[in-house]
Amino acid sequence: MDLLNAVVQVLDSTIRLSVPLLLACLAGLYSERAGIFDIGLEGKMLVGAFAGAAAASVFHSAFLGLGMAILISVAFALIHGFASITHRGNQIVSGVAINFIAAGSTIILGQAWFQQGGRTPALQPGERFESITADVISNFLATYSFSSADLLASLRGLILYLPALLFDALARIPGFGPVFAELILGHSILVYFAFAMVPFTWWVLFRTRFGLRLRAVGENPAAVDTAGISVAWLRYRALICTGILTGVAGAYLSMVQNGGFVKDMTAGKGYIALAALIFAKWKPVNAMFACLLFGFLDAAAIRLQGSPLPIIGKVPVQFMQALPYILTVILLAGFIGKAIPPRAGGVPYVKER
Amino acid sequence: MSTPYAKLPAWADYGLIPLINLSVAFIVAGFVVLLVGENPFRAAVILVEGAFGKGTGIAFTLFYATTFIFTGLSVAVAAHCGLFNIGTEGQAYIAGLGIAIVCLSFDSVLPWWLTFPLAIVAAAVVGALWALIPAYLQARRGSHIVITTIMFNFIAASIMVYLLVGPLKPAASQAPQTRNFFAGAELPKLNWIIELFGAKIRSAPLNVTFLLALVMAFLVWLLIWRTKLGYEMRTYGHSPKAARYAGISETRIIITAMMISGALAGMMALNPVMGDQHNVAIDFVSGAGFVGIAVALMGRLHPVGIVLAAILFGMLYQGGAELAFEMPAISRDMIVIIQGLVILFAGALEHMFRPYIQALFASFSPRSVGMEAVKGKGA
Repeated sequence: MDLLNAVVQVLDSTIRLSVPLLLACLAGLYSERAGIFDIGLEGKMLVGAFAGAAAASVFHSAFLGLGMAILISVAFALIHGFASITHRGNQIVSGVAINFIAAGSTIILGQAWFQQGGRTPALQPGERFESITADVISNFLATYSFSSADLLASLRGLILYLPALLFDALARIPGFGPVFAELILGHSILVYFAFAMVPFTWWVLFRTRFGLRLRAVGENPAAVDTAGISVAWLRYRALICTGILTGVAGAYLSMVQNGGFVKDMTAGKGYIALAALIFAKWKPVNAMFACLLFGFLDAAAIRLQGSPLPIIGKVPVQFMQALPYILTVILLAGFIGKAIPPRAGGVPYVKER
Repeated sequence: MSTPYAKLPAWADYGLIPLINLSVAFIVAGFVVLLVGENPFRAAVILVEGAFGKGTGIAFTLFYATTFIFTGLSVAVAAHCGLFNIGTEGQAYIAGLGIAIVCLSFDSVLPWWLTFPLAIVAAAVVGALWALIPAYLQARRGSHIVITTIMFNFIAASIMVYLLVGPLKPAASQAPQTRNFFAGAELPKLNWIIELFGAKIRSAPLNVTFLLALVMAFLVWLLIWRTKLGYEMRTYGHSPKAARYAGISETRIIITAMMISGALAGMMALNPVMGDQHNVAIDFVSGAGFVGIAVALMGRLHPVGIVLAAILFGMLYQGGAELAFEMPAISRDMIVIIQGLVILFAGALEHMFRPYIQALFASFSPRSVGMEAVKGKGA
């Protein structure tokens, strides 16, 4: 039972740690599939985290915070677009620039506005996204009653009623219930959003016209141009998708995982997401598994800190932390499968004249 | 593919446009200062005074500049070969290991002028080797150099943290760093040069590595513009296809360029480690590798430009420290913003103002932008 408990705990923190990676990774998927390299994921997450926590604590609303995170993150994505699509600048240089501007400005503005050494004020309940635990659900079921006085709220509750009933029943099954409640329940809404984005992204990319064009513009922009579709506008739209997702990723970091912004809180997650994207060979479902793997490595590193493993003996924490990068390098080198990036990636499109 | 931009006179290309881009970067930075509620002009005055007002300030400025010359040259050498070495940071960090081994072994036996050359070689070799793997993977296995060098930055950081909290740390100490070096691994200061001009210096870490940096800048110029190897590197950077037709070995040129780049990055570590702290500590590079990108772009990949850009960034670092005293709202992180803006405007958006300047030139004298040649053909 002790072992099971430990495993469930590690898996639970795997999910928590992989969510920001997953959101950032899917964000990168949109832009890289459209032929725009984006090493500015890190920076966009960081400004998203800052804007989200700052707005949430000033306006006392988690959803306003999320909206602001998305807005600012999209603005940074558009700067990247302005430099690399409109002015055909080097996409990597532009990404590096965005990371620096993000790192510096979040600290400077945070210090100037809140005077807490680059932090934002600790978020109060209601200003951050709460976890949907088994208790919350059974509370909801216990207190819900249909009233015609507040029809709208009642109808909204009615939609949630059936799923709540189902989850409540699942959580009550002996043996399976606690594991279910620990692993699947008990997360904030952004976690479910992140995992829902995986099939959604797959559907957008592979089952819609926009997705087909987006992939085409990353492989052969000239063909898309010939078909009379604007390459620039398509790439801008891809970058807006990137901005939205990095904004949510940032909001998750500062408003769910941490309850406030801390300087440099992304701590290289944008780069791990980039590694995961390559590891996933630019495919959405693979991206989820890559992020879960990297999240698991992180969770295991925290869990194992110092304690020896049965067969291998003591593994240095630093090795576990470096493992995602090492794995990605090995993959890139073509020793386990081959990662082939979108063909037009990194090349600014010049209309023939 | 021909560039969509017409030609400008050389002085506009190498002087005017970078100057305009740089000014825009600083104007935007000025707006950030305004946003924070301070006066940007007063901030600029404090910054310049802090960097050049006193002898100590000048010495500190040149100390920081030394570091940035190395990283700037490192980025530039790779860039001439068409490679974006984002791994300067990691190459410099891991080179600290080579320096640590040399210094910890010889600092009580040899005088500094014998330890120094050994440390230079060790730093350069370790830095070059750290660049070798990404270079090999790019040349032979087709993995993108930018991604692999980013990954190698993180791997280098993990290795160094592991070593500095474990094997390299003296048993009695808590701090994650090596023991302090003895006099045999402490580089002499250069402050007397500034004192020759009558300035007073309290204590500043400017040391002989500065001279090494200048020598390296000269050697890089020699390499890029005066040797066959440099010509091949520029050819490959300009057009890999043309280089292949000319019989230049792709593998050899990529690996050579990256190893030179890595060696230069590695030598950067000499300055803070042997010249200032006299130990190898966690995160001693602290972003200097990334500053190198800004310096190289601003210096337009030319050693003279890089030395000037490095001094400018040294000024920002030193002046920024003074600024943080005078205006508490503006910490040293302001430099990070300026750095980002410089990279954005001098790098990614370098062509933004070009069409306007071209139009301006064309309206004054069509000949200067090559209009006449076109007319001549038509007639």
